Amino acid sequence: MNTPSNAVPGSHADSQGIAGPPMLRTRPMYWSVRRELWESRSIYIAPLVVMALVLFGSLISMVRLPGRMETLPAHDPAVEQALIRVFSIAPAPIMLATFLVGVFYSLDALYGERRDRTILFWKSLPVSDLTTVLSKASIPLVVLPLIAFVLSVATLGIMLVLGTAILLASGLSPATLWAKVHFFQEPLIMIYGLTVHALWFSPIYAWLLLVSAWARRTPVLWAALPPFAIVVVERIAFGTSHFCSLLRYRVTGALEEAFGINTSGGGVGHIDQLSQLTPLTFLSSPGLSIGLVFAAAFLVAAVRLRRYREPI
Amino acid sequence: MACIEARGLRKAFGATVALDGVDLRVEEGRILGLIGPNGAGKTTALNAILGLIPYQGELSVLGHDPWAERERLMRDVSFIADVAILPRWIRVSQALDYVAGVHPRFDRAKAEAFLAKTTIKRTSKVRELSKGMVVQLHLALVMAIDAKLLVLDEPTLGLDILYRKQFYDSLLNDYYDHSRTILVTTHQVEEVQDVLTDLMFINRGRIVLSCSMEEIESRYLELLVHPDNLAAARALGPIHERQVFGRSILLFDHADRDQLAALGEVRRSSIADLFVAVIGNQAGQPGGAAR
Repeated sequence: MNTPSNAVPGSHADSQGIAGPPMLRTRPMYWSVRRELWESRSIYIAPLVVMALVLFGSLISMVRLPGRMETLPAHDPAVEQALIRVFSIAPAPIMLATFLVGVFYSLDALYGERRDRTILFWKSLPVSDLTTVLSKASIPLVVLPLIAFVLSVATLGIMLVLGTAILLASGLSPATLWAKVHFFQEPLIMIYGLTVHALWFSPIYAWLLLVSAWARRTPVLWAALPPFAIVVVERIAFGTSHFCSLLRYRVTGALEEAFGINTSGGGVGHIDQLSQLTPLTFLSSPGLSIGLVFAAAFLVAAVRLRRYREPI
Repeated sequence: MACIEARGLRKAFGATVALDGVDLRVEEGRILGLIGPNGAGKTTALNAILGLIPYQGELSVLGHDPWAERERLMRDVSFIADVAILPRWIRVSQALDYVAGVHPRFDRAKAEAFLAKTTIKRTSKVRELSKGMVVQLHLALVMAIDAKLLVLDEPTLGLDILYRKQFYDSLLNDYYDHSRTILVTTHQVEEVQDVLTDLMFINRGRIVLSCSMEEIESRYLELLVHPDNLAAARALGPIHERQVFGRSILLFDHADRDQLAALGEVRRSSIADLFVAVIGNQAGQPGGAAR
């Protein structure tokens, strides 16, 4: 009876044959995700606020643009550089915001429901622990990257319109601006980057969810202390720092594997060419598969834990 | 098929034994009150029945093992823990949407109809509602679910008398239909006296009394003794004695009504007095059964 299909109760017939009105179709996964969006409105509000700030900053930058274009020749590299800079850094804060929101969301996801005792209400409904944990994991792994993508593209679009309007108003040609923005390339690179990072960071989010299912208090400490302790003990006992490099690789590795960027060399260059993407290297990197195995293990443990957990 | 059947149900938290070999059988269509002092094991028993905690021994609820099949079981079981568990951030309309979205036996129209009788607004958040209104909302959600078993754990805790009365009235008039089973734990025993069909006392993880309300009425009699007959009444072996306004009230188990009537005024015992007699007698004799 309790088959893996329990993620979608109601979709399979009631084999027990208990009399009653016909079972209505239910969509526990869909409603569980919607429930998360109702509860944690920061999931979309925080990136929206950052988007507003980015637009505000670029507006100021672009208002200053005509003045600089007048003093310099139209094809002066300095003007192009200024344009490229404004457009290329715009999505970064939005993506960083969704990453931070994802971290804090995951830390609270399975802890908050125990702290406020609502876990008793959620468990009184026919939604399995698996569905619940997967719906919560889908927020940092699917929903937030989608939000980051939509808002980033919208930001670039608005900036383009603003820039064009400002240039035209000052009697300048927006040709340079349009020549520098890659309409199809930019969104493609963003989709690739967000997908790559969702997969690459999945063990981090899964670990945070696991801790939030386990901790009785201060999940933030429980999430950070064990890795920190391993680093310290390894350093003192063996004088090495393999675990530390492992953690660093987990944070920056996606850039190395998916974009062929050498992060140890210092600054991260700008990615504006599709040729910089190295999806095959990324997909075949052991770092990805090992990470996914860990993510799955952490999520399975979180499901098991939620089954046993009571309100705190 | 019994609705709930347990044999040798046991649960320990570390060295504390919360359930010490509980045997119970609840037939379909009964309204059972599980009454016990604090820490008697009521909530642990309910949690085991609802599949919220693992346990030792045999337990079957509607033919399912609750721990292995909680999610399956929750299609046929509704549960109100207490007033504090509805999420404070949720809007009334969202709560209706969500339960309708995940529960195959939820009848939204029924819940709306019940809410229409209250002053609860669809757009309100739970945090804006009074305690009594939150219970009304939870009850509206639960009563609209076509469940076979409804479990209520202290459902009226902290409510004023109007809401408490209303709660049980709604439950009996709009929900209970003799095919559903209701299991309720409460401290307010006098309140459920006329609601229950069966009564169970639990103390220190054991069931110390279990019988139907008809049985209670025929079995347990209270005697307001004439002072002259006190010695004779005591000789009949009351299970409990208390003083009210200087007069003795004796509680008898399995006594002859006519015999008692000769000694004073006979009346039926309230659950509260029975509770004090049975559980109070236990206090001095660990593990002793009252019957």
